[in-house]
Amino acid sequence: MKNSRSITSANRIILIVCSLALAAVIFLPIWRIELDAAQYPEGLELQIYSNKLAGNVEIINGLNHYIGMKTLHADDFIEFTVLPYLIGFFALCFLLVGIRGKRKWIYALFAAFLLFGIVAMVDFYRWLYDYGHDLDPNAPIIVPGMAYQPPLIGFKQLLNFGAYSIPDIGGWIFIGVGLALAYCTGREFLTHKQRKPYIDNV
Amino acid sequence: MKLRQYLVFGLAAATMATSFQACRPKGAGSAVTGDAAQRTYIPPGQYDEFYNFVSGGFSGQMSVYGLPSGRLFRVIPVFSVDPEKGWGFSEETKPMLQTSHGFVPWDDLHHIESSFTNGMPDGKWMFANSNNTPRLARINLETFRTDEIIEIPNTGGNHCSPFTTENSEYVIAATRFSVPPDGADSDVPIDSYKENFKGHISFVSVDKETGEFDIAFQLKTPGLNFDLSSAGKGVSNGWLFISCYNSEQAHTLLEVNASKNDKDFIMAINWKKAEEYFKAGRGTKQTNVRYAHNKWDEHTHTASHEIKTEVTVLDITEFEDLAYLIPCPKSPHGADVSPTGEYIVGSGKLAALIPVFSFEKLQAAISGNDFESERYDGIPVVKYESALHGEVEKPGLGPLHTEFDDKGNAYTSFFVSSEVVKWNVETLEVLDRQPTYYSVGHLMVAGGNSKNPYGKYLVAYNKITKDRFLPTGPELCHSAQLFDISGDKMELLLDFPTIGEPHYAQALPADLLMEKSLQIYDINANKHPYKTNGESEARVERNGNIVRVYMTTIRSHITPDVIEGIQMGDEVYFHVTNLEQDWDMPHGFAIKGANNSELLVMPGETTTLKWVPDRVGIFPFYCTDFCSALHQEMSGYVRVSPKGSNVPIKSYTGESTPTT
Repeated sequence: MKNSRSITSANRIILIVCSLALAAVIFLPIWRIELDAAQYPEGLELQIYSNKLAGNVEIINGLNHYIGMKTLHADDFIEFTVLPYLIGFFALCFLLVGIRGKRKWIYALFAAFLLFGIVAMVDFYRWLYDYGHDLDPNAPIIVPGMAYQPPLIGFKQLLNFGAYSIPDIGGWIFIGVGLALAYCTGREFLTHKQRKPYIDNV
Repeated sequence: MKLRQYLVFGLAAATMATSFQACRPKGAGSAVTGDAAQRTYIPPGQYDEFYNFVSGGFSGQMSVYGLPSGRLFRVIPVFSVDPEKGWGFSEETKPMLQTSHGFVPWDDLHHIESSFTNGMPDGKWMFANSNNTPRLARINLETFRTDEIIEIPNTGGNHCSPFTTENSEYVIAATRFSVPPDGADSDVPIDSYKENFKGHISFVSVDKETGEFDIAFQLKTPGLNFDLSSAGKGVSNGWLFISCYNSEQAHTLLEVNASKNDKDFIMAINWKKAEEYFKAGRGTKQTNVRYAHNKWDEHTHTASHEIKTEVTVLDITEFEDLAYLIPCPKSPHGADVSPTGEYIVGSGKLAALIPVFSFEKLQAAISGNDFESERYDGIPVVKYESALHGEVEKPGLGPLHTEFDDKGNAYTSFFVSSEVVKWNVETLEVLDRQPTYYSVGHLMVAGGNSKNPYGKYLVAYNKITKDRFLPTGPELCHSAQLFDISGDKMELLLDFPTIGEPHYAQALPADLLMEKSLQIYDINANKHPYKTNGESEARVERNGNIVRVYMTTIRSHITPDVIEGIQMGDEVYFHVTNLEQDWDMPHGFAIKGANNSELLVMPGETTTLKWVPDRVGIFPFYCTDFCSALHQEMSGYVRVSPKGSNVPIKSYTGESTPTT
């Protein structure tokens, strides 16, 4: 009986490690947007943490006023208040599922985490769209039809700047945790399916 | 027949003429090696190996070049005003050029020397001297700006300076023109030189952390002209060697009257001993002096100026063991100490040999009382032969300065014979000579005055340029010449033009300075009393006829850019704070009719321009440093009304409602 409703100890260890990794994500940069131009051979970067913006925020704000983009202020994002708690919550969930080891919980965790990832990316896209399109009509530089939405992921040329958007260390950990969870969930699901006839026989 | 004779004679004459042509000395073309271009070429985007700090002579400034490219990077204003940088024009920098004689806008910056730790350049500061109104300056190598200037009392012509001891405990300042000590008693007949004129050698201490100057003590000497000096290092650490000319104590037509004696002197001073006497309170406090001490404060971005009135003087003739004279042929100029500290090279300007003295022998002579029977004005004179290591025979004509490499060789500049001569310090054998174009004065080997010279490059700073560059009328730049000295023979690589008249120079490895070079001033650390904290605080305040404009600059607007309510008779102070926090984003500020210069405000800095309007009307102002695509739009207007006008004080940017 015990075996049938619990997950394997290997998977439990993975989940506990994932929990610690998620806790670390709270303090690490999750996403980065790198900007490159002739005058900035050293590059400019914007780092997004769970609770703040870092990197050359002021310089980027100074440059963005030419195209009428709103200035970036951490206070404008409700996400920075909520996100650390959400990630903390998930870290706790991972720990709990890892310790208790109930198989049903891991399915629930996987679903919730996947949903969280999707919602987070949609939200991120929404902000990028908003900043790229909601431009001051009195801006010094107006290029008809031009929007300055940075790519969600990958590279895009915006006037003289090349913008390169990629996960930062925290983001990679997040993706890694997601993959590990998917792996554990998949393993559990398959094992359970194989065992089912045996259980039925009993 | 006759025709044939003419033909033969004509042919012979032509042959003679062409062969004389062939005998002419070859020009510079043959002196350059084939791959010189490759060895001095720094591809775009790459860096030079060395920073070359070069004195600007009568320009009063210090210039910074790259080696081996010879490219000019920056001119650091030191003793002369520089309207380009607002140096001496902005309210903040004016105190730096104050002296006991008032505001002095120009000087003659002669020598420079880096700060040392254990006899090696430590990359903290450059020291510089002014020769006319005697002063000493300290340049900060993080900001490449002048941080401090101190005036030297009792001194006329601070030529023998700013040479520093092995750990920059002291920077030396010594008079080239002996004068009567400062004070009311200095009103004496000029022909009373011998009794009334005195030399003073100042020991200016340098704070290890802040670099701050303090004239610790002065040594008073008989009237002499001190020319150049080197502090001992290694075995001779604790000593100082100064070349002295005019031992004749002439006061007129020195060209003839100071060239009579076959030998003048190198003065050897036991400065550790002098320091002991000073600390033991053996000096006399002189309180009739007045000298300026000006300091730059990096937090307030403002200089302070104070007049000091006291200096401690030790008369060397009252001490038995402070100073000794070594006879040195013919008005010595350079007195240069070898990397080990053992050899002292004296260069007599009019001599045809170079005497090299030994520190060990000098010490033996002193302890053995091996002196000439007659003292010179109370100072013991060591016998020439007793201190002599040997003479470099037939080196050239008119030796001036000597620097050293990392392989035990010395390089001496010869003004009269216009060449650099390489010789071995131990064997005194001449190894190589290369012509310079023309008449080299100072020369510099990278690290050539340190304990472990970097070697590799030598730069000759020539006094005469003539045909080296495209002609520019009667006034020509001075030319520098770069030699590669890594091989047995010196190889000429490059000519490059310089600012003013380079006397001495220093070369520091790029990686000693590159990383710590400051990029911006942190605006949050800006403690300027008239700083504007952001555009929302930009404003105009009147207090009587003093009007203060709290102004900000950021790409690409000035706040406020509309100013009204200024009246005739007002003194307007534009306190410009550059809000930028990005590297290489200075903004300039200039207003029509200002009787001074522009401002050039670095990111995070506050700088002030004083302006007294001279007529009513509208005065445009603008950013002078092309900062952005909308730089041309970065401008504004001031309205000046008659005195007593009822136009209210008003200022704004981008809206027509008054912000004040």
